[in-house]
Amino acid sequence: MTEIKLTVNGATRSDEVEPRLLLIHYLRDSLGLRAANVGCDTTSCGACTVLLDGESVKSCTVLAVQANGRSVTTAEGLVAEDGAMSAVQQAFRENHGLQCGFCTPGMVMAATSLLAENPHPTEQQVREGLEGNFCRCTGYHNIVRSVLAAAGKLSGSSEMPASEVPDSGVTA
Amino acid sequence: MSIRGSILGTRVLRTEDPGFLSTGGVYADDVQDERLAGACYLHFVRSTVAHAKIIGIDVSAALEAPGVLAVYTAKDLADAGLKPVSPMMPNMNQAMKQSLLASDLVRFVGEPVAVVVTEEMYQGEDAIELVDVDYDILPAVATMRQALSGERGLLFPDAETNVVCTYGDASAGNADLFEGCEVVVSEVIQNQRVAPAPMESRSGAAAWGEDGRLTAWIPNQGAQGTKGAIMGMLGLKPEDVRIITPDVGGAFGAKFGADAEHAVTCWVARQLGRPARWSETRNENLLVMPHGRAQEQKITIGGTKDGTILAYRIEIIQDCGAYPKAGAFLPSLTILMTPGPYHIPRAEAWSTSVVTNTTPVGAYRGAGRPEAAAAVDRAVDLFADAAGVDPADVRRKNLLPKFTEPHTTAFGAKYDSGDYAAALEKALAAADYQGLLAEQAKRRANGGTLQLGIGLSSYVEITGPGGEAGGPNENGTVEVHPDGTATVLTGTSPHGQGHQTVWAMLVSDELGIPIEKITVKWGDTDLVPKGGGTGGSRSLQLGGAAVQQASRELLDVARERAAETLEVSAADLEFDTEKSAFSVKGDPDASVPLSALAESERLFVRSVFTAPGPTFPFGTHVAVVEVDTETGKVYLRRVVTVDDAGTVMNPLLAEGQRHGGIAQGAAQAFLEEVVYDDDGNPLTATFADYPFLSATEVPSFELVDMETPTSYNPLGAKGIGEAGSIGATPAVQNAVIDAVSHLGVTHIDMPTSPQRVWRAINAARGSKEA
Amino acid sequence: MIPASFDYEVADSAAHALALLAEHGEDAKLLAGGHSLLPMMKVRLAQPAVLIDIARITELSGIAIDGDEVVIGATTRHADVASSVLLKAEAPILAYAAEQVGDPQIRHRGTIGGSLAHADPSADLPMTLLALGGTIEITGPAGTRAVAADDFFTGPFESVLGPDELLTAVRVPRGGPDSPGGTVPWGYQKFVRRANDWAIVGAAAYGGRVALASMGGTPLRALATEEALKSGAPIDEAAQLAAEGTSPGYDFHADVDYREHLARVLVKRALEGKAD
Repeated sequence: MTEIKLTVNGATRSDEVEPRLLLIHYLRDSLGLRAANVGCDTTSCGACTVLLDGESVKSCTVLAVQANGRSVTTAEGLVAEDGAMSAVQQAFRENHGLQCGFCTPGMVMAATSLLAENPHPTEQQVREGLEGNFCRCTGYHNIVRSVLAAAGKLSGSSEMPASEVPDSGVTA
Repeated sequence: MSIRGSILGTRVLRTEDPGFLSTGGVYADDVQDERLAGACYLHFVRSTVAHAKIIGIDVSAALEAPGVLAVYTAKDLADAGLKPVSPMMPNMNQAMKQSLLASDLVRFVGEPVAVVVTEEMYQGEDAIELVDVDYDILPAVATMRQALSGERGLLFPDAETNVVCTYGDASAGNADLFEGCEVVVSEVIQNQRVAPAPMESRSGAAAWGEDGRLTAWIPNQGAQGTKGAIMGMLGLKPEDVRIITPDVGGAFGAKFGADAEHAVTCWVARQLGRPARWSETRNENLLVMPHGRAQEQKITIGGTKDGTILAYRIEIIQDCGAYPKAGAFLPSLTILMTPGPYHIPRAEAWSTSVVTNTTPVGAYRGAGRPEAAAAVDRAVDLFADAAGVDPADVRRKNLLPKFTEPHTTAFGAKYDSGDYAAALEKALAAADYQGLLAEQAKRRANGGTLQLGIGLSSYVEITGPGGEAGGPNENGTVEVHPDGTATVLTGTSPHGQGHQTVWAMLVSDELGIPIEKITVKWGDTDLVPKGGGTGGSRSLQLGGAAVQQASRELLDVARERAAETLEVSAADLEFDTEKSAFSVKGDPDASVPLSALAESERLFVRSVFTAPGPTFPFGTHVAVVEVDTETGKVYLRRVVTVDDAGTVMNPLLAEGQRHGGIAQGAAQAFLEEVVYDDDGNPLTATFADYPFLSATEVPSFELVDMETPTSYNPLGAKGIGEAGSIGATPAVQNAVIDAVSHLGVTHIDMPTSPQRVWRAINAARGSKEA
Repeated sequence: MIPASFDYEVADSAAHALALLAEHGEDAKLLAGGHSLLPMMKVRLAQPAVLIDIARITELSGIAIDGDEVVIGATTRHADVASSVLLKAEAPILAYAAEQVGDPQIRHRGTIGGSLAHADPSADLPMTLLALGGTIEITGPAGTRAVAADDFFTGPFESVLGPDELLTAVRVPRGGPDSPGGTVPWGYQKFVRRANDWAIVGAAAYGGRVALASMGGTPLRALATEEALKSGAPIDEAAQLAAEGTSPGYDFHADVDYREHLARVLVKRALEGKAD
């Protein structure tokens, strides 16, 4: 067993883990953060994507021990204390960027990382930026719209706080 | 388009979404329930060969491994009285049974042979490696043709054949069907095997209560059907089984009922007196979750030189995989939809379903109808090419004219309403068909590497079929609570379609309760004992209609109570949806809120909506591709669609269904395929190998609106869920072939992989490289 | 889906890593980003008893100019190679190649040293190193040696890197406008059916050097093409010889003749300076 100490969604965690424990399983089973999902076994699908020191990684191919001393952010961690979702999460909702939701947390984290590195992506850059995230339900159309919408919102005003979850009935 | 100024027809955001986006959906692997505390974990040992006798299974090393609680094989299940599963329909060869764990024979790579149960999840993957199975390898029946010829032997010696069942009658075929046709074209084409591959693989959890009842959390498309399957596999009584449906991460037809592994999970939980959990890997999913399509079709089409179609024949061989499942009967739906939206004076169709040593084939988005559309639209293009008539003109000439009264085809399909020509014209206009033709001509004249292809598909499909006598139906229950909230129970089973939001919209529209105050429930067989689930695009037209009907009937009940309360006759009352209250006509102060009428007695209605029959959405897709004629690579540039499924309740969600269907349909045409080698070994059993569609391979889609209502339900709605996947496949395939037709190519099988396209170009050129 | 059990050690310096390698011998594997190794361990194609984590050794990471060369530390991630302003100026083909590896998440973890040590004949960086004529620096118990890319790859997933050695740095020639010879023309072609795939065939051209991926057991130089170019043949003609001396395999994506055809087409495009 190996000792690890890391920050997850802003909170410090200390644990003893098997070296082979995958970060995805540490997050889901040890910490109860189950938004990220396991979708494949060849590092292909991205359903497990989280942020490691602010950059997107596939947590199924990172050992928990490799995250020692680092900071991890999951989809749960993008929600503010008052319950407000991040601009990216908000944009996915407003643009029907999810159907069954299984790929969604990973997609949101990948998009968050993408926009941090490229705040003004073209549609092509969004599609290429999400090539590591598979979706079977949406055909990617509304996911791309969501990310472009989030980019527009984020770059429109970087000081703008994440908005409240809107009342339903808002027309897109 | 908003209907009557109501919420219906507006782009309402999904009320489900905040949870999915923040803490995530609660899928089977996420379920944390006190009944599952201390659960053990199942891992399956699976066949690594396609066809073999099992000589012996040595579990001794596995039993010694850390954390192993038990190892079971077919013998343990047989000793416990579990029986093999027979094919689901009586016309299927009943000798082709499937044991839950392979007993004397394995018949496909991935078939479960033994199960290892461990304390912890990680221990299971270690332990399954220690189970040693001794196989005596048999020749593999790797293809449909080998199954028919018998050259590789039989999968089921007792069956005395590899044929599962047939539909139609080849011997009744008319040898003179194409008499009088100036142009006749024939081609053997493949509607290739694909993997449904929802993002959530299969999984399950089971716990037995002290009362002897089983509670199982199994992702599904209809808990009631899942319950029936578990009961059947384990010999359980209805009162002893409760199925709870967690959030489901996509299904696409592959999560109906229950699989052997689900039953074994339930059985192990009882055997060990301890809750049990199972979750498969993606590799297992691509090996064992039923595959889709897998038809070989011989299509023959004939007509006159001016482009009028006179005759069409389709002869189908259906690959069922190793054990007959839904795939075996899907050709009957293909045959039903043989002529598509076209007027074809003489047409015939028949099919033979065979077993092979490959993964069993089941339903996959469209289930039998994409195969029909792909065949007839390929045939139409072959005919257009041979006759020298523009494919759009051939369609114009031969589409059934607009009809508002039901039209029954020679194959017995009763199309409810249709305006196929309008769909075609709208799609062509939106795509700027003439402009595309001009661009194509320019590129051909320049002889550049990147050529343009334009492909069309005009389709009609059948949705909302019913299995019961008396017509397709679904139940819905609506209850209004004294606190002003409402609960809806539905027999449908959404897995991404948004029923929580749309059913709430329907109830809100009738009862005036805001949608945030309406909770929709499904998928718990204790709560909703009867239901048809979600598949065949049935949910809105049957389940939504039932919920609307229940709401209206609830108002009738409420009206009587209000009349009593207000001491007037019911006829003197009017219901104001804005206030969700009854008031006396002419005296608005004399009113009572709907919720108040639930105070002394529960206010709820359960209603069953029955439709006169299935409905037939239709449309036209226009696909535009670029083909690199040096490498054969296909770039999908545009997909323009008209998908007319009648009145649209929520355009935002309807568009999402179309997008997803288009992507899957397109993916089949140019990208995805399940491949086996000649020994039945799978070559595409990981996401690294299976060419699963990613965001870079498809463009944004261009959707054109068109609504031709049906009279079959008060909503005017048909089913939209599968339409996209039906139209996109032939449109994209036709586009690819069109891109290189000037080089002499007339057909390329799906998927139009770069190598296939390159070989087709070379063959047409007569090049020595071919 | 999950690896077999192993012990885990963290190396705090190159010397420490070497000492751990010496201690554990063939049972141990080095772990940097883990995006070549961990996928193999998860399907149990690799089952090392010990993993030695070298990702925290800061001296092994970084990009700097050293005379006529650019030196890149072995644990420099693909994302950093791809976004390096220095490399985009001095060795743009390498920055471009690193951007083609996998997807953004993979590029945030995978390293240049890890990729080269993995020696996948279908991968981007081995082919690119070959085109560049770069050098790989290896440190072992006997000291440090420099191996030319031409000599480094010995077979599918095999290189001259010994089990007790550490790949410490990669050196590539400067080929930007400020370099001695001026801007070296380059081109890059990666043929895939679907984004995120390994190349069905890959071609990289750098000056007069042409390298191929997926045309044999290692990345290969298209020597016949290079010779033809040297004798003044036009690109079209020289590219026709691209498949000579190669031994491509076949799979369900591509038969041998199709791969050979792709090699000719892609080499031509790479020589024309195309990168797409």
